Amino acid sequence: MNALLEIEDVFVSFGVRGKGLTGKRGSIDAVSGVSLNIEQGKTYGIVGESGSGKTTLAQAVTGLHHASEGSIRYRGQELRDLPEAKFRPLRSEIVMMFQDPIGSLSPRLTIRSLITEPFRIQGMKDRDLDAEASRLLKMVGLPQEFANRYPYQISGGQARRVGVARALALEPKLLIADEPTAGLDVSVQGEMLNLLARLQDELGLAIMIITHNLNVVRHITDTVGIMYLGKLVEEGPTEEVFANPQHPYTLALLAANPEPDPDAKLMRIELKGEPPSILQRPSGCEFHNRCPFVQANCHQDVPQWSNSELGGAHRCHYPQIWKNNQVV
Amino acid sequence: MPDLLQSEVLPETSDNVLDIRDLSINYGTPRGELQALRHVSMSIGKKKIVGIVGESGCGKSTLISAIIRLMASNATVQSGEILFKDQDLLGLKEKQMRALRGIDISMVFQDPMQTHNPVLTIGRQMVDIQYRDKLSKANKKKRAAGMLALVGIPDPEARLNQYPYEFSGGMRQRIAIAMALMAKPDLLIADEPTTALDATLEVQIIKRLEELQDEIGCSILFISHHLGVIAELCDEVVVMYAGEVIEQGSVRDVFHNPAHPYTAALLKCDPGHIKEKTRNLPTIPGEVPDLVDLPSGCIYQQRCTKGFARCQSERPAFRQINGSHGVACHLTETDLSKETSQQNEEGITS
Repeated sequence: MNALLEIEDVFVSFGVRGKGLTGKRGSIDAVSGVSLNIEQGKTYGIVGESGSGKTTLAQAVTGLHHASEGSIRYRGQELRDLPEAKFRPLRSEIVMMFQDPIGSLSPRLTIRSLITEPFRIQGMKDRDLDAEASRLLKMVGLPQEFANRYPYQISGGQARRVGVARALALEPKLLIADEPTAGLDVSVQGEMLNLLARLQDELGLAIMIITHNLNVVRHITDTVGIMYLGKLVEEGPTEEVFANPQHPYTLALLAANPEPDPDAKLMRIELKGEPPSILQRPSGCEFHNRCPFVQANCHQDVPQWSNSELGGAHRCHYPQIWKNNQVV
Repeated sequence: MPDLLQSEVLPETSDNVLDIRDLSINYGTPRGELQALRHVSMSIGKKKIVGIVGESGCGKSTLISAIIRLMASNATVQSGEILFKDQDLLGLKEKQMRALRGIDISMVFQDPMQTHNPVLTIGRQMVDIQYRDKLSKANKKKRAAGMLALVGIPDPEARLNQYPYEFSGGMRQRIAIAMALMAKPDLLIADEPTTALDATLEVQIIKRLEELQDEIGCSILFISHHLGVIAELCDEVVVMYAGEVIEQGSVRDVFHNPAHPYTAALLKCDPGHIKEKTRNLPTIPGEVPDLVDLPSGCIYQQRCTKGFARCQSERPAFRQINGSHGVACHLTETDLSKETSQQNEEGITS
């Protein structure tokens, strides 16, 4: 019950204005009531389409966005509404690795300055920064001479490693990795995930990993949560979710994962239409207009978050409906 | 007259839409000549979908930019020819090339968010690119709406009046495909068209490409580093490594019986292949060689686990091992002799 990070019913809203100069002001919930726990030393994967609120949720945890409702507790301490001055020291414990590896590195700083920047920001002037830089480069498996290079002189995979070194400089407890492998080649992706796994074992890190690559989630995470329109639609132990998906959206995601085998028998579920706009959330079950198994009451009745027997939970009136009806 | 000359020089006309022969391209850099492509040969048959796989930096983008002749200013063609319908694109004048682009060869780029002009409506952009046709504006608009419908955009007429920001990423990529296919090109080049999209949208795009290819009858050159997508969509696959084509063949041959150690390693690395949960994923240790200072012998030898003395001194030639399946590796020469002798024996016994 003592999770490192407890997220409870969190909403993140953004103000929007309707068309034209006189348009009405309103707000949209990019994250709309998400609850999840991340335990020490464990990895939690968040999967979902772009626009499903994954990154916004991560930014709410790190204080980069303000959560409008709910509670985000780190070791029991409430992070929501924490003033910036009090948040800053916590940023040595909760760190974020950003999506764009090269874009998140300042082009005018050397790798040495980039990876030792956290020490300067946290006012640790007594540290020997050259020694720290060399330790960090060694930790992520980069050669020492990289310290003097600039971001444009390194490859995308190496830039990711610099990102890891910088994030882990202050020995954090919780690492939030936003798409840590997007755009990487498969072999470099493997290196990156192995590096994260090794550092997790060595440092006892908890990791929250955001991705839309299910192959990544399957290998590195303990628990996985599937997000759709700013809500979790399914959550459970990773192996369980992969073996027995409950929600049709999870099933569609799993089925949409092409296998590197031209003869693989594919169970394909093509979702109808586009993800709906969060400006006009669908009534009832928010997935109903794209669900291949939609039933009459899905249009009006909102499904509740309910536990399944196998340790997971989901938000669907008819979990595993494809099994009962043998539609597949 | 030039036509006559060309037909004299060229051998008999082939069935291929695109034939690249012995193409080498260098980039001039402060450190010296960077040999981005070396002796690349490949072809795309009529109505075929050919995939190119390879890590970043293997020369995929250089190859595409050479085909559409939009090379960087520091690039020089060292050797080779690019035959498009038996016409060498490298010898064309810019004006002739421009007449081909968008009509005979068109392209879908990687990032759907940056492909469209943000300040013009989709309809305006789709009408503008038909500037070569002598249709009335209304007819051009009708045609644009028809293309949007074809790629599965609901309510196309109304959508024509909207701006790019009003569409989602998946829709924008489908619009880009609609625009690329508007002139019914013979060759569509798709440069990682699904990497910026999610799994479910990726499936949509691939399905749509398959349907359209069927309907329009074009050939597609599909670049991706997602092996699963290649396996599903393509007829043939070309594997590139550090500027060379190291293996080529039907998707089934290459994915089931990879002949080059690099292809085998790449397939093994794909986490989609690994069904059991593991915390230690396979990787290919080592780095891609420096293309300014090339090693002698096989380009892959520094990372190859099966290398032997000959690999360090002699560059393996690209050779066919069976039918359309070809590979550039010394190993297969010995393997091949074994295999053929086995086959001969079998042939005798049966």
